[in-house]
Amino acid sequence: MRNSTKMIILSVIAIGFCGLYLFHDLNGSFDYALPRRAIKVIAMVLTGVAIAYSTVIFQTITHNRILTPSIMGLDSLYLLLQTVVIFFLGSGHFTIVNRHVNFILSVSTMIVFALILYQLLFKRGSRPIYFLLLVGIIIGTFFQSISTFLQVLIDPNEFLRVQDKMFASFNNVSGELVWWALGIVILTFVVGWKYFNDLDVLSLGRDTAINLGVSYDRVVKMMLVISAVLISVSTALVGPITFFGLIVANLSYQFFNSYRHIVLIAGASVMSVIALVGGQWVVERIFTFSTTLSVIINFVGGVYFIYLLLKESRSS
Amino acid sequence: MIQVRELSKFYGKKVVVEKVNVDIHRGKITSFIGPNGAGKSTLLSMVSRLVDADTGEVLVDNDQVKRMKSNEFSKRVSILKQSNFMNVRLTIRELVSFGRFPYSRGKLNAEDIRIVEQAMDYMGLMEMQNEYMDELSGGQRQRAFIAMVIAQDTDYILLDEPLNNLDMKHSVQIMKILRRLVDDLGKTVVIVLHDINFASVYSDRIVALKEGRVVKDGPTNDIINSDALREIYDMDIPIKQMNNCRICVYFNS
Repeated sequence: MRNSTKMIILSVIAIGFCGLYLFHDLNGSFDYALPRRAIKVIAMVLTGVAIAYSTVIFQTITHNRILTPSIMGLDSLYLLLQTVVIFFLGSGHFTIVNRHVNFILSVSTMIVFALILYQLLFKRGSRPIYFLLLVGIIIGTFFQSISTFLQVLIDPNEFLRVQDKMFASFNNVSGELVWWALGIVILTFVVGWKYFNDLDVLSLGRDTAINLGVSYDRVVKMMLVISAVLISVSTALVGPITFFGLIVANLSYQFFNSYRHIVLIAGASVMSVIALVGGQWVVERIFTFSTTLSVIINFVGGVYFIYLLLKESRSS
Repeated sequence: MIQVRELSKFYGKKVVVEKVNVDIHRGKITSFIGPNGAGKSTLLSMVSRLVDADTGEVLVDNDQVKRMKSNEFSKRVSILKQSNFMNVRLTIRELVSFGRFPYSRGKLNAEDIRIVEQAMDYMGLMEMQNEYMDELSGGQRQRAFIAMVIAQDTDYILLDEPLNNLDMKHSVQIMKILRRLVDDLGKTVVIVLHDINFASVYSDRIVALKEGRVVKDGPTNDIINSDALREIYDMDIPIKQMNNCRICVYFNS
């Protein structure tokens, strides 16, 4: 089967799920239910694309197919921020209640953190990218430990609000924020577009990429910034869900027999949409909200991750 | 001509390459030889800007490499390292097509395709062009990578131990191809070699390094003699002349 045929089939499935989610059991409620469902669908598409895009480029620049950008500690920073604000200012504070303020605060904190981290690490010439990952893991663990410490001390009622933030949820996404997030994600595509060909070469390894005239350090830095922005936006919109990227990126590599990033990113994005919209429909209609999508994703993702680890260790 | 001027590299306090001056002459095969850890690979990596030099500069046809854009440099000098790790599954044809990246940025035109096919033909890869790289033998893989470098169509080709892990037949095959590249196409080849007999038989000039410094630099015949080799390797190596080849009999010395 050709890649274009595969892409068309996947797109049809994705659009089918979106239609199913929007119109199933609508009972003519075009004014009330439809716009609310539409916002959720857009949020899911947006998150799915952002996660897929950032994971594929992150795996290419790290030359590793079992990493996700969450290794940079951005999700941990998000949880720390929410925990700290609720701990010191209370869950009634406007930075928690007002979702716009919370969104802007979260996104800007994560992006500023990522930029400072990259700046510090890249200041003294080029370093191996694994150094950056190690620093990310350490800082992420540090943030997590502080969050856990504060969560132990916090008032139990307030802890429920923190817990709300710990799992991704599409159930109450603000309509306006979706449009802001959409703008930012489109911007990352506009900026990233001209690097897609360079990324194809980057998967041949650092030395070959430099030999073929790719400005390696510049491309890597640019891709790190783009993936940080995407993760920040999707995390601030729906919560931490980056593990999900691991599944769709690897499914895309397996399903599309291609080295071209434009194909891989598009494929992973469409698969994300299928998984998120289809999964959310199943959660709402079949499990009638008795579980959440992120629980299912973490379960399926965990199983797939173990499969990948076993497969990688066999092949090497 | 590639001119290497006062090039040094330190890892912490350890000196890997120290103030090296070498001229690479056009239209010749120049071999870098020397004991393990002499800095041969590091020197080659610095010349090809894979590793940043701590001091010194490199000039390619009188242009400073530091001032050159990465893309411009890749149209004039290519480098092939000894281990080529890949994260993707490519066919030979796809890999060789990447050699045109400095010119095409990923969109091949008719001219690019012609050069890619010529390069595969030159390396005898036409029949297996649609086979995947991970299913090839070591010699075939090496030939595919060399075809990529040929498609890159640079005046200067640098190779870091291209004979590593190859058997005698494939080693000779690769060396003969490199010789043809120089004699037929007028390329300039720089090669890091471990086996001094390959250096003796195939190269025009030899640069010998030891502990990060150039100890000998000259035409092959000046270097392949017992006195010079003693200085380089600390071994007494008798030299035998056979069929116009000088063979170093180092196995029991």
